[in-house]
Amino acid sequence: MIARLTTGVVRRSTVLLALLLGALVAAPWFVNDYLLTVLILILYFAYAGQAWNIMMGFAGQLSLGHAIYVGLGGYVAATLFVRFGVAPWLGLLAAIPIAAAAGAFIGFLAFRFGVAGVYFAILTIAFAEFARIGFDHWDLVNASSGLFLPVREYAHNDLWRLRGDPTMFYYVILAATVVAFALCRLLLRSRVGYFWLAIREDEQAARAAGIDTFRYKMYAVMISAAVTAFAGVFYAFFYNNLFPEQVFGISRSIGIILGPIIGGVGTLFGPILGAFVLTGLAETLNSVMTAFGLDLPGATQVFYGICLLLVVVALPDGVWPPLARRLGVAEDGK
Amino acid sequence: MTRISMQANRRRMLAGAAATAATLAAPAILRAAGGALRVGVLLPRSGFEAGIGQDCQRGADLAPAILKSLGLPDITLMNADTESNVDTARARAEKLIGDGAQLLVGAFDSGQTTAIAQVAEQKGIPFVINIAAAPAITEQGYKFVFRNFPTAPMILGDAFANQKNIFAAIGAAPKSVVFMHVNDTFGTAMAKGIGAVMPKFNMPYTIAEEIAYDPAARDLSVEVAKAKAADADALLVVSRLNDAMLLTRELVKQRWTPQAILSMGPGWYDDQYLKTLGSLADGPISFVPWYDPHKKLTQVLEAALAKADSNVNLNTNHIFTFEALLVAADAYRRAGSTDPKALAAAIRTTNITDNVSIGPGIAFNAKGQNDKVKDGAIQNRGGKLLTLAPKDAANAKPEWPMRSYLSRG
Amino acid sequence: MPLEVYFNVVIGGVLTGLVYGLMALGLSVIFGVVRVVNFAHGEMMTIAMFIAVLAFSALHLDPLIMLIPIAAVMFVFGYALQVALINPFIRRPEHTQFLLLVALAIIIANTLLIIFGPDARSVQTAYALDSFQLGPIIIDAAKVYAGAAAILFTVALFAFFRLTLVGKAIRACADNYTGALVVGLDVQRLYALTFGLGAACVGAAGAMLVLVVDVTPMLGPSYTLLAFVIVITGGLGSMPGALVGGVLIGVTEALAGLLFTPSAKSMFAFAILVLVLLFRPQGLLGRRLS
Repeated sequence: MIARLTTGVVRRSTVLLALLLGALVAAPWFVNDYLLTVLILILYFAYAGQAWNIMMGFAGQLSLGHAIYVGLGGYVAATLFVRFGVAPWLGLLAAIPIAAAAGAFIGFLAFRFGVAGVYFAILTIAFAEFARIGFDHWDLVNASSGLFLPVREYAHNDLWRLRGDPTMFYYVILAATVVAFALCRLLLRSRVGYFWLAIREDEQAARAAGIDTFRYKMYAVMISAAVTAFAGVFYAFFYNNLFPEQVFGISRSIGIILGPIIGGVGTLFGPILGAFVLTGLAETLNSVMTAFGLDLPGATQVFYGICLLLVVVALPDGVWPPLARRLGVAEDGK
Repeated sequence: MTRISMQANRRRMLAGAAATAATLAAPAILRAAGGALRVGVLLPRSGFEAGIGQDCQRGADLAPAILKSLGLPDITLMNADTESNVDTARARAEKLIGDGAQLLVGAFDSGQTTAIAQVAEQKGIPFVINIAAAPAITEQGYKFVFRNFPTAPMILGDAFANQKNIFAAIGAAPKSVVFMHVNDTFGTAMAKGIGAVMPKFNMPYTIAEEIAYDPAARDLSVEVAKAKAADADALLVVSRLNDAMLLTRELVKQRWTPQAILSMGPGWYDDQYLKTLGSLADGPISFVPWYDPHKKLTQVLEAALAKADSNVNLNTNHIFTFEALLVAADAYRRAGSTDPKALAAAIRTTNITDNVSIGPGIAFNAKGQNDKVKDGAIQNRGGKLLTLAPKDAANAKPEWPMRSYLSRG
Repeated sequence: MPLEVYFNVVIGGVLTGLVYGLMALGLSVIFGVVRVVNFAHGEMMTIAMFIAVLAFSALHLDPLIMLIPIAAVMFVFGYALQVALINPFIRRPEHTQFLLLVALAIIIANTLLIIFGPDARSVQTAYALDSFQLGPIIIDAAKVYAGAAAILFTVALFAFFRLTLVGKAIRACADNYTGALVVGLDVQRLYALTFGLGAACVGAAGAMLVLVVDVTPMLGPSYTLLAFVIVITGGLGSMPGALVGGVLIGVTEALAGLLFTPSAKSMFAFAILVLVLLFRPQGLLGRRLS
């Protein structure tokens, strides 16, 4: 497995990745609390983007409703924790199958009935909205008044119950991002991965070549949903409150998607780079505004939108592919 | 001689460099000594809560000058926009503290407030909540979080008590009401609370029908048709601004004037409501956290607001954001230091009687909740807001029943 | 519940649905021809609504009179947008188009926030609060005018596509892109025209909607979503489909609000969308997908 993880990797990219990982591991000693929070946000988006990328980047299925898996993951683990005291890692064991089952349900309906492309994308939004309104009315999860996790035991870090300071959460999400990255790499180098790429490039040709496209598309949706579920668990335990509006909303889906698109859809490093670029951009803009004493609500977002626009016009394939070529670490298969 | 002075020079230069470095690295420490208290104000001024967030900001912007005129120490506002988003709220709170904020105020929304509260608690920076009614926030055992705003059950309790006072004063009461509420955090908290709180008050009316509607509703014609068909005497509502306006228009179009509209939330007293609807805005009674028109500070705040923004009537958003800063400045004066621990200790012993909101004043219980704050009953009349209850704060008698919408110009 | 309540609610649902349908029609026209899903659709409508509010508050121009000028302004906006920004993206993958239009939506919404502030704005016409009473049935006057205007506008657009040369050329582009190139049609200009027409629809819809809803800068996303639901239900690319979808969704939401809890009524709209996608993916009036 290790061999499969590393074969075919340019040495330079191993070195660069190791350097980046080293820097990230060491970061809590060097950055202040604000930057640590920003790094947590970045890694959270990198992780969720990586998960989304499995479905879109690898298998070519555009999901615009990924918040549904974040929400399901978060709500399952948080409800188990609040109501029954189940530790989040055990809760994850319930959250993952539930999210995967939701993905399977959506995928089954869509792929069986030949719903594809834009239609599929809008179907995913519809399900996410459906879930949002449903949770808004579900008393077990406190409906729209929000599910609050108890935060009393903050004095010490409890990794098992995910109660602790931001540094602990930072390492948790860093580890998760590394795992997701490795998992994606493995998937891409596996039989499933090759079939996905074939489906993404030309589904009819893939089918003609004897690939059971329905099955492999189902795998993509389910794995992507399962991986995304952890992002929800993390969100729930980091922020300690869940509101259907915040976790299932279309803006959360968009937030997840922007990173990998900016970074480079279908690439392994794109989602991570995209998260750095976007969150970094938002925070930088904010700091610049503050430094200039410009306190105009909405202005930051206008500049943010303009930057997005410029990036997508200038680099329609994302930031990573050209950068990777420049660094001489272009990912194989691209 | 030269040698010594050179050394001295160098030492001074080094000291200067160190100071510069310190300013860059930890501005908090350097600027903390004496001077103004740096207060981070976190409000949702863009995104879907932008309207309320920007309205709250008005109350904050007025505060420093008024507080100074009261002889309280200087405060400097550091404003941040949470963009109506929990993730952003947390990052902004961290940033403000990193930039040297010694106390935080905010954040209107319960979710964002919870996220900020955790940062404040971890850093040991006091956080004074201006508005956020979810009871859970002060049930978490926080040591640095304070709320000078009633929880949903408190709002309900005061609303029922004030309603009974009004019914007694006019010698009439509705026999049944339709309860319409927006299905958001606040609306649901109120709807859940009503079952527990209402029986304690032995109200003269029953709830004929409960209608929950979407906070993003584009159209409330069905909701109003349903309410009208329930054939109740009065309308009991928990809403926001946009839906309050939509509801009123539908009432007019569907030609139904209930005996009374009893609101237990924002919307019906908002400036925009009054301005947009003109004579149709008259009549609703809001049972909400409000100002006591007889208090001295109220008049000061009202005058300051009139000067800053002549189109705006003083409301809950301004009052409680202002009072949060009042709590901050008062604590700073008593603590005599910007040390967060000293500030928090001072806030815990707050006892402000000269304030704006109704009730005996501002003091916090062991959970950090001001359980003394009282709500009022206010009625819209001729574009103005008159206080009907409680008795000490009242400046008008209720107009009952509501004038028919169809007979208005 | 008395029977007339059902009549009232259904009639209201039909009228509102017509206006929603016109708004969705813009999305449908653009997708049917240019094959770009306009994720900034709701924001474009918000622009139109603010123009209507400005025209009314500054010059007392009734939104129904302003309907055509606003549609014209939005036409220019849409045309320019297509030429300047969207054109290079037509052959690019959907997620790239999505990002482009989401960025545009963010810019529009927040620019409106900076210019107009966050408060809800409305238009108080003399008839804004009128209603017609026919026995026990009460009908909202503004909705009647808006619904009628929506039908007229759609008929005009339909005639344009069926009867004029340019309209036919645009349809040719939609049917067969390569063929259109071969016969020498200026596809880029036709695409820009189409985008302009789609924007004009949404502009007209916005001008009518200010009669019944208040506008805020953050209104966009919920209307974009609504437009998706409607056009997919009715058939993406089908003009009558958009109106039918609008009416269907309008009536569904109205009845769901009446029979169940109104706060969950849009769930029923999404349920209809899901059912349509599963059993008739091309939409109620859409053509079979190739």
